[in-house]
Amino acid sequence: MPRPATLLRLAALGLLLAFLLVPQRFAPLFAPLAAGGAPPIYDQGNLWMLALSHLATVLAACLGSIVIAVALGILVTRAGGQEFLPLSRAVVSFGQTFPPVAVLALAVPLVGFGEKPTLIALFLYGLLPIFENTVVGLRTCPATVLDAASGMGMSARQKLVSVELPLAMPLILEGIRLSLVINIGTATLGSTVAAKGLGEVIIAGLLSNNTAFVLQGGLATGLMAVLLYDAVAALERRLCRNARID
Amino acid sequence: MIVIENLTKRYGETMAVDAVSMVIERNSIAVIVGTSGSGKSTLLRMINRLIEPTGGRVLLDGRDTGSEPGYQLRRRIGYVIQGHGLFPHRTVAENIGTVPRLLAWEEDRIRARTAQLLEALQLDPAVYSGKYPHQLSGGQQQRVGVARALAAEPAVLLMDEPFGALDPIIREKAQDDLLDIQRKFGTTIVLVTHDIDEAFRLGDRVAVMSEGRLLQYDRPEVLVTRPANPLVARMTGSAERAMRLLSLTTAGEAALPLTAGESGADAIVVPTSASLREVLSELLWRGSECATVADANGAPLGRLTVAAILARARPA
Repeated sequence: MPRPATLLRLAALGLLLAFLLVPQRFAPLFAPLAAGGAPPIYDQGNLWMLALSHLATVLAACLGSIVIAVALGILVTRAGGQEFLPLSRAVVSFGQTFPPVAVLALAVPLVGFGEKPTLIALFLYGLLPIFENTVVGLRTCPATVLDAASGMGMSARQKLVSVELPLAMPLILEGIRLSLVINIGTATLGSTVAAKGLGEVIIAGLLSNNTAFVLQGGLATGLMAVLLYDAVAALERRLCRNARID
Repeated sequence: MIVIENLTKRYGETMAVDAVSMVIERNSIAVIVGTSGSGKSTLLRMINRLIEPTGGRVLLDGRDTGSEPGYQLRRRIGYVIQGHGLFPHRTVAENIGTVPRLLAWEEDRIRARTAQLLEALQLDPAVYSGKYPHQLSGGQQQRVGVARALAAEPAVLLMDEPFGALDPIIREKAQDDLLDIQRKFGTTIVLVTHDIDEAFRLGDRVAVMSEGRLLQYDRPEVLVTRPANPLVARMTGSAERAMRLLSLTTAGEAALPLTAGESGADAIVVPTSASLREVLSELLWRGSECATVADANGAPLGRLTVAAILARARPA
């Protein structure tokens, strides 16, 4: 007998898949929101394909954020890299505070319309949580454990790979989780510069004054964010179960 | 054998360790004792070069420890610290296998060695191999820390306040276990502590440090009977020196031979491993004059009288 939480997860996943694959079945639900004979379900594209490219854009941007933010986090926690901490922090904070819409507007003239400006905006937007959590995770490794690792004859690199990163992993994953969830929502903005994604549905709804479309795009994006959040959280729990520090 | 020559560590103007020279014989236990800030930990950590010396050198079996990269040197030297420092994300077996893995031992050999060490430290391998450090008691964590340090069969074991985090009853047991382990594996041990009782209990030789300088380094009974200066006398506890001296001799060493006609049937029977201090205490408590010293099977080997014990409570 699965636990209620597991059932709820499966139900949410089932609902999302059903809506993306056979959206017409949900027409009666959305019909009251589509005024004046407008179509109740988004019909200008395949919802399943839109959701997949939405997810792909977010994952690709997030992968870039992870590589850069974790590498920076490692650099500034090494003895020789501490002086780069203020600079790195300023750069990633700027990435977070500079509005993604403005990034899109600036990026389009440089790289053109489509996925590229969206990838840039999401990449910058996702750096901060991963970077900060990496730094905290690496800094809070217990001193006795690090001392033992050195005393045992681990090189700096071995210590990083087999002790520091595994111990910091729960916090790093938490940063990745935040970054992913924020960007699933933020990625809808990409549709303003012709990136394929669920934002297209929302924008189409806004343009044609069709609340049903707006709601569909919003709900699908929201469900996706919740499910991803949950999946990464489950991964974190698996990792933390044994790596308890006391 | 470890030879320390003029070892010095300077931090700016402060001399953390000031030209210390000492020799630690093979298969012996040297204990470095001192107050906090005396430089004893710094001295210990310069032996495996966790701290690089400012001056002087350390010879390990005749070889200068500065002649190879620090991390390679440390793989040949066991290291145990206060609060064990076990890797929380690794099982007991994985923790113990750390250095053998760094040295690229075969998995079979690592498994066999891990099981051997767990058994030597009275932890059933079947039960404990797969456990994580947080699932163990403080005493068990400490033993796994010792097992991990001994895993790659190091000739030398460095211990920095290894029993500092244990409560008194477990600590005594851990000290006994360490003596057993030392006899079994013939390891040369250098141990740092601030506890003078622990130093006397474990050390074949005891080094007393203060403000970075080595005040005296000798057998425990010499520290008691002939302290080099008033500070050593104060640290070794001059008020208790008679009792301390008694605690350094075992009943087996001091037993008088049984003369013909004596049955060895005293009411009080003590094991050979009991210290004279314990025997005297027992005799005083029972109001008795003499005790029989017996081996593990109860066969009488000799006897001890109050007078004979008291004669040993004075410098010879």
